[in-house]
Amino acid sequence: MSSLHYLRAMQGIVGRELWRFVRQRERFVSALVRPLVWLFIFAAGFRATLGVAISPPYETYILYEVYITPGLVGMIQLFNGMQSSLSMVYDREMGSMRILMVCPLPRWFLLVSKLIAGVSVSILQVYVFLAIAWCYEVEAPWQGYLYLLPALILSGLMLGALGLLLSSFIKQLENFAGVMNFIIFPMFFMSTALYPLWKMKESSVWLHQLAHYNPFSQAVELIRFALYGEFNEYAFIYTLCAFVLFMTVAVIGYNPSKGMMMKKGGR
Amino acid sequence: MNKPENSPLTQATALTVENLSFSYARKKALDQVSFSVNASQCTILLGPNGAGKSTLFSLITRLYDTRQGSITLCGFDVKKRTGQALSKLGVVFQQTTLDMDLTVMQNLRYHTALHGIGGKIAKKRIQEELERLKMYERRGERIRQLNGGHRRRVEIARALLHKPAVLLLDEPTVGLDIPSRHSIVEHVHALAAEHGLAILWATHLVDEIYPQDQLVVLHQGSIKQTGSLEQVIRKTNSQSIHEAFQQLTQDDRE
Repeated sequence: MSSLHYLRAMQGIVGRELWRFVRQRERFVSALVRPLVWLFIFAAGFRATLGVAISPPYETYILYEVYITPGLVGMIQLFNGMQSSLSMVYDREMGSMRILMVCPLPRWFLLVSKLIAGVSVSILQVYVFLAIAWCYEVEAPWQGYLYLLPALILSGLMLGALGLLLSSFIKQLENFAGVMNFIIFPMFFMSTALYPLWKMKESSVWLHQLAHYNPFSQAVELIRFALYGEFNEYAFIYTLCAFVLFMTVAVIGYNPSKGMMMKKGGR
Repeated sequence: MNKPENSPLTQATALTVENLSFSYARKKALDQVSFSVNASQCTILLGPNGAGKSTLFSLITRLYDTRQGSITLCGFDVKKRTGQALSKLGVVFQQTTLDMDLTVMQNLRYHTALHGIGGKIAKKRIQEELERLKMYERRGERIRQLNGGHRRRVEIARALLHKPAVLLLDEPTVGLDIPSRHSIVEHVHALAAEHGLAILWATHLVDEIYPQDQLVVLHQGSIKQTGSLEQVIRKTNSQSIHEAFQQLTQDDRE
């Protein structure tokens, strides 16, 4: 197996995912509507009630919409990561995952390629969202949009790997709702996506701690700083470590001789 | 048989399953299963629903791990030399595994990419395989627009693009009308006879068997009988394969 084989396979996997996404219009629209509802309705409603003090990376007082935008970018990636990884479970039963698994490449490589494909789709969504937010006058310096790209790749990989990990260990996947309630919502609300950490500390130290160690918070902070052209080292290292950890466990989970495939095999 | 693992495909045996056992949490799905599939031959894995056919396929394609026994594909142990073994294998799964929203061509190009086959060669092979199944004119159509029989043909074409030595088909005619079934059965038999492929075809329909086929009768996870069609009929003192199959797969739990 030459490196050309690997390259072609990855191109094939990423290309397929992007094509599918473009073809499935409803999916595209619903992926955009969710964060826009938050931005236009939720954030507008809270605009007056929440005074956000100056905290880095912001240099002036900011509107709540501005604060929440990186959080919503994170949300797009969180949903996308969960959805694309969980769809793999479904795929595995339904078959298209099996076609991938019988191709003569190492399984870890196939999983990483799948992950990269999912991340590519999420990045597409994020930039469309940011373009709409721009029209709504949530503007960041233009370099920020460039710096954002590597941050999005890392945060997308981390959240996708988390989804993969869940998909390899969740025994039976009845529907997406369970994952929403038990994973996505707690992760989203217990993070810095909607309110800054110091604000949380005022109400509950305990919650503050949880939010601080929530990898999603760190992904959001990475995105937030990148959008303003700054590099948050702590968030970067935290997100990177979380990615490596999740991915390693996920690969073990998908390994037929060590993982959980057997336990789910019964019919 | 202890052949060197990397011996070239000079031997006629393309797939060997030896003493294979497998259990799910509580239930034993396969028990000491051994058989082999030869090149240029169509081997029918005959068994009722729940006999263990799909489990066997999951083990050969390494969706599950082999814990007891071994599976060898063209001399490569599936567990130890997975990549080499899988590159010799083409599979048509029971459920359709095509992307409904993509075209025939896009589905096939995805497969060639996974197998590392580059642009020109991929194009040529796709044309060859589709033409053989009279599907080339429909290459631009989305899978959703095709009927069940045509989808199956696309899947068979796809399974052959990387020139495998062994082709597995897991009940490929389920849900198809009689003409479609007939043409697929015929096509697959021709692949064995004319192109030297080793075919393993799982089914519970005895009318898909040709006189020259080899049979492996599987029931409740163990092999009840193997041999040519004629041998199986003789060994069971039956008049027809239908009767032999009935006899071999009577539920002996009750």
